[in-house]
Amino acid sequence: MTQLALVIDLNVCVGCHACVTSCKEWNTSGDAGPLVDQNPYDADPTGTFFNRVQSFEVGEYPNTETVHFPKSCLHCEEPPCVPVCPTGASYKRESDGIVLVDYDKCIGCKYCSWACPYGVREVDAERKVMTKCTLCVDRIYNEELPEWDRKPACVRACPTNARLYGDIHDPESVVSKAIREAGGYQLMPEWGTKPANHYLPRRKTHVTIREDEVERADNPLKIDSQLPKPGQEEPSLDDVTSW
Amino acid sequence: MHPAFSVIFLTTLIGAGQGLFLALFGAESLGHLGVLPAPGSEFLALGSLIALIFLVLGLVASFFHLGRPERAWRTATKWRTSWLAREVIVLPAFMGVVFLYGVAHWFGFNPPLGTLAGGYPVLPTVLLGALGALLAIVLYITTAMIYACIKFLQEWHSPLTVVNYTVLGAASGFTLAAAYAAWAGAAGLVNFLVTVAIVLTILGLATRAASLVRNSRIKAKSTLQTAIGVKHPKIQQKSQGFMGGSFNTREFFHHMSAAFLRGMKWMFLLTAFVIPAVLLVVVLATRMDPTGVLIAAFVIQYLGLIAERWFFFAQANHPQNIYYQSVA
Repeated sequence: MTQLALVIDLNVCVGCHACVTSCKEWNTSGDAGPLVDQNPYDADPTGTFFNRVQSFEVGEYPNTETVHFPKSCLHCEEPPCVPVCPTGASYKRESDGIVLVDYDKCIGCKYCSWACPYGVREVDAERKVMTKCTLCVDRIYNEELPEWDRKPACVRACPTNARLYGDIHDPESVVSKAIREAGGYQLMPEWGTKPANHYLPRRKTHVTIREDEVERADNPLKIDSQLPKPGQEEPSLDDVTSW
Repeated sequence: MHPAFSVIFLTTLIGAGQGLFLALFGAESLGHLGVLPAPGSEFLALGSLIALIFLVLGLVASFFHLGRPERAWRTATKWRTSWLAREVIVLPAFMGVVFLYGVAHWFGFNPPLGTLAGGYPVLPTVLLGALGALLAIVLYITTAMIYACIKFLQEWHSPLTVVNYTVLGAASGFTLAAAYAAWAGAAGLVNFLVTVAIVLTILGLATRAASLVRNSRIKAKSTLQTAIGVKHPKIQQKSQGFMGGSFNTREFFHHMSAAFLRGMKWMFLLTAFVIPAVLLVVVLATRMDPTGVLIAAFVIQYLGLIAERWFFFAQANHPQNIYYQSVA
């Protein structure tokens, strides 16, 4: 079964909010209706957003790190917001695991937002229905877009490629590999919600190079110089392994 | 959580209505058994009307909680998984039974349908009343489970939530029934109803205090560390990502000071339990006309329960608040 999800690399995110504005732009222009703002150019502006970037300081001065932390619906595999919905407006798609709200069935009772520990559902103050990240369901299957563009707006916008998108149930997908190889983790695992979206931790980037790796020992054309330099007639590693 | 007055009025009004119906049916049953003087049909019919008024007012209040009230009919569809849907089914069913119970009494429609061993007649009003009493209890459970079933609202996720909704609703209902009986001149019932109201009010004080003690000892399961997945013991939010408000900053916090919250706690302990219990005991102990005192006891207890419900919502600390601690 497919479970589409985002994997967000905290090691790469620079906190530029491009995903926030791109998300807002795409989702306020779609068929599903606008993400309405109140007082956008006035005191106390407020409005509906599916995606936010928050910033945290980890550690104690002077040994601190800034972690920029994008947060949107995690499309849980055990979504607690779905069973509590009295009308069935909040549902999880069998086909691709996206958690959606049927805006025509939602009565705006807010109960699903109480049942989400991550705070990623927002009532739209004018449409009076619960809204949330759709994983750009109107992009990823949109045949009017070229195939390379059929990705969530936030993923397309990210200038540092901190947002990966794919099927976490396919072990060969880019997201599964990233989770496996870079220590991907889930938020608030204590509630058993099994979020589909994963985060890749901050990590120290350093490379260990042994001296023999500076020059290629298996250099078949012997173009790179090397110490001790093997004689032209002596067997190189390639010659050894090809025996 | 942000206490919404629509839900506060819904839960307190229907709680009193259910309690009043339980009191009426209890009085009728004990009347048939000869333990109490049998209450008159008109008394029970008018009492059912009062209960129905409370239930209708509660239902009206609940609509103010909905963004799209015109779609409210859809709420009954997911009763297999949602306690809210279950409440939405049980509440009108209960209202219907209360209505029929009142109508049967008003028109005196009560032909015996048979006889039980011991010569007790099987009466339609008793059958309706028993069904209504069952629905009243089920309605307390469904209402409370809406809150108790959310596991990350740790203050609510406890059997005590169900106990408190039931006992507190029933206590206010029996106080209301006692005031009604005194006003309607059903003097033979007043002492019984007042006694049950005292027992329920004191029991409610004990169970509500138990939940206060439990909640004061809660250790939050979610921390900033689990929320963003960074293990370091020292993390501070520097920016929640926006400077204006949002649904997340409005819906999940009461926006009051800790002192206000403490004041509210002592106020509801006093007005929902202590003062009504004292007034009820005064009624039992003295021989004056109890009508005024009982009405005052009910009004004070009801206002106290509004404060109690406000505190119930305000005290619940939603884990999403971890993500919204700093504006910059």
